[in-house]
Amino acid sequence: MYGLGILRGMAVTAKHFIETYIDDIKWMSRGGRYYNDEALSVRQSLKGTGAITVNYPEEKLPTPERFRFVPFLVTDDPPPGQMWGHDWCTSCGICAKVCPPQCIWIVRGKLPNGRPKPEPEEFYIDIDICMNCGYCSEFCPFDAIKMDHDYELASYDRTSAHIHDKARLSKPLSYWRELAPQKSAAEEAARELKASTKGKRRSNDDDTPQPTLSEEHQQDLYYQGAYY
Amino acid sequence: MTIEVVADHDAPVIYTDPVESASAKLKESFGEVLAEDSRDGYEGFVVEAESLPEVAAYLRDECGFNYLSSVTGVDLIDENKLEVVYHTYSIDQGGGAVVLKVQVDRDNPEVPSLTPMWAGANFQEREAYDMYGIRFTGHPDLRRILMWDGFEGFPMRKDWQEPFFEEANKPFGSRWPGGDVIRAEEKNPFGKNVQYPAGWVPDNIDFDVDTEIYEGVTVTPQATPGLKTDKVIVNMGPQHPSTHGVFRMVVTLDGETIVKLDPVMGYLHRNHEKIGERNTFIQNIPYTDRLDYLSSMSNNHGYVLAIEQMLGSEVPERAEWIRILMVELTRMVNHFWALGFLLNDMGALQTPMLYLYIERELILDFFEAAAGSRMMCNYMRFGGVAYDLPTHVRDQETMSFLEELVYERLPASLEEFGRLVTNNEIMRARTIGVGYLSPEDAINMSAAGPLLRASGVPYDVRRAEPYSYYESLDFDVAVRYNGDIYDRYLIRLDEIYESMRIVRQVLPYLKETKGGSIISGKPQYAIRLPRGGEAYGRVENPKGELGYYVTGQRRASNPDRYHVRAPSFINLTTLGPMSIGHKVADIVAILGSIDIVLGEIDR
Repeated sequence: MYGLGILRGMAVTAKHFIETYIDDIKWMSRGGRYYNDEALSVRQSLKGTGAITVNYPEEKLPTPERFRFVPFLVTDDPPPGQMWGHDWCTSCGICAKVCPPQCIWIVRGKLPNGRPKPEPEEFYIDIDICMNCGYCSEFCPFDAIKMDHDYELASYDRTSAHIHDKARLSKPLSYWRELAPQKSAAEEAARELKASTKGKRRSNDDDTPQPTLSEEHQQDLYYQGAYY
Repeated sequence: MTIEVVADHDAPVIYTDPVESASAKLKESFGEVLAEDSRDGYEGFVVEAESLPEVAAYLRDECGFNYLSSVTGVDLIDENKLEVVYHTYSIDQGGGAVVLKVQVDRDNPEVPSLTPMWAGANFQEREAYDMYGIRFTGHPDLRRILMWDGFEGFPMRKDWQEPFFEEANKPFGSRWPGGDVIRAEEKNPFGKNVQYPAGWVPDNIDFDVDTEIYEGVTVTPQATPGLKTDKVIVNMGPQHPSTHGVFRMVVTLDGETIVKLDPVMGYLHRNHEKIGERNTFIQNIPYTDRLDYLSSMSNNHGYVLAIEQMLGSEVPERAEWIRILMVELTRMVNHFWALGFLLNDMGALQTPMLYLYIERELILDFFEAAAGSRMMCNYMRFGGVAYDLPTHVRDQETMSFLEELVYERLPASLEEFGRLVTNNEIMRARTIGVGYLSPEDAINMSAAGPLLRASGVPYDVRRAEPYSYYESLDFDVAVRYNGDIYDRYLIRLDEIYESMRIVRQVLPYLKETKGGSIISGKPQYAIRLPRGGEAYGRVENPKGELGYYVTGQRRASNPDRYHVRAPSFINLTTLGPMSIGHKVADIVAILGSIDIVLGEIDR
């Protein structure tokens, strides 16, 4: 029959329409359709039926650990009364060299006697150019630069606000642990492993197996931790 | 019974590989005008410019290499020469490419055009003219294609420098350890950032842009006999919702019927290839994400395959399975988008598109958990992938997420989508028989991907020249025979089902190889080529054959030439011929059925 295809299609639309409202009503009684993390996590998943719109900015989807947006610098947890602690960055320059759009500028620190100091004097990232590729954190040998999850960086002034300096970039280690608990734990394990095997010569007749990272930790790291 | 083997030295050699047999035939017939490319790491034949059409015609008609995939210019500045590289494939026999090269003097580069033979060369030759200044004699419409009319210079030549030129190659020296924080715009502030050619006074310009497009569409007052009507030229775009970006079609209309259609592109041009030549090899991977931003995983895949050929790196088993998983999910994502927008363009506003988006969203969630970004994945590396699979996707264990996705969720929702649209009478009326492309034309115009296969040509790079583990996977090459919009719609649905089949086969291997290595060797950020040469990596992108042509010298950290054979760009060749004779409203549907992405067209 001519027009049957259209009617069938309409039935599908009606089904979605009804499902959406059933879902809305169902979650209304369980903490509300809006501002309800549990509802969001179910309705956005494979189990979700009907259609849902996440009402950004009131509602936000959680970001996974590997999410990457504009980098930040990791420092030690700050001593009381200070904003941040000792820089992990040694100003080795790998991030500046590998950065595809070349948005990182580093001024290497100098000791009074003129020799290089393993700490950056200045560190700038032009976030207008940054393409969020994550190479800097991927190839940093000291875990000193990490990708942030804060994606709300719009501002009225492009010329000054979008060049992040060292003060703006530095964030304490506790912030990173909060952001990516699994990944930061894996990184700590990898660093410890590296420190424990460092300096020990491997002999060929040594049968004791080399200590390796656990599988869960490997899964959380870039290249399964092969870069450490 | 024993068979006595008698060595017969005069017997003709029988080649099983089509490339070998074609090469032998070419050498035999054209020995005096072509020579094998003798440079280390290079392949193919260097042909004398005058005999190119003859050799190409022989290759097409006698050897069966009837598909001109890629045409590109190369600047050999040290030898003061420009080179044009042609990659031809055989649709019937599959296999690798016969590569023809023409080298001409850099100061007076003239090459006979292959457009009269292969319509698919049209845009690519225009691009080579635009970027390198190579003049193709006999080309019907040799204009700039990506740069604007009146642009001075040829940007891909090695001695051409952009206004904010810093250094020939990255990494730039100023970034470390001095930290010279100067933005390009501060070096050359607004108002002073225009460069004029020497002796050129901007006030006395007598220059009208786009004159050449409108040439040949002379208005005839008596287009329809008996009626006093004019032909009308309509500019559709560059700002038009149905062009999927900034893309312009200059349409000549007789009443509402299309007489001629000329695509105009380049509004999003950023010279991806020049950027690629400035970049180091690894820096290019995130840039390839931005080509066809809907299928960034596939873009990564083609590029890493090309560079792996040059590096000679092995890929661990688990990494290969992860790559196939990602690439096939990308194909689904891309087709969800393509189908949704095709319907959107035809007036089924939002509803079907958003239903597919719900499914697309789930896959993007997985990409986000695996790679850290939904669309700009930057996931593949030379010799493997960056990350292992994530432990969880949206609080669900990854493998169970993927299984539920391809066994339960997607089949159900696709079946529902079929009910929603496939038999809809309005949709059928608007698409069946509209935008017909014959198989001969499709091959001749170098169409690729679903566009080619919907015209009844079962050509798929995954089968024709298998890469990765595709040879061992069980899937069919989807093919439809009517060559109209409806078939292009159906074939995308077919391909989603085939991709689902592949993903189902990949999942057990992923479980089996859990904990296996995902990258070969220690990851490096500064990669240098062990040997010089060229590589052409091609993959079956959701939109068609995506190829990367890369050349580099030994110990180099940057490519000398980096070219992208963009499927959307070349598929657009078919837009004009397909549209002729249809109504204005059909253009939108025809364009939607090609499935273009401007990031890839304009590069």
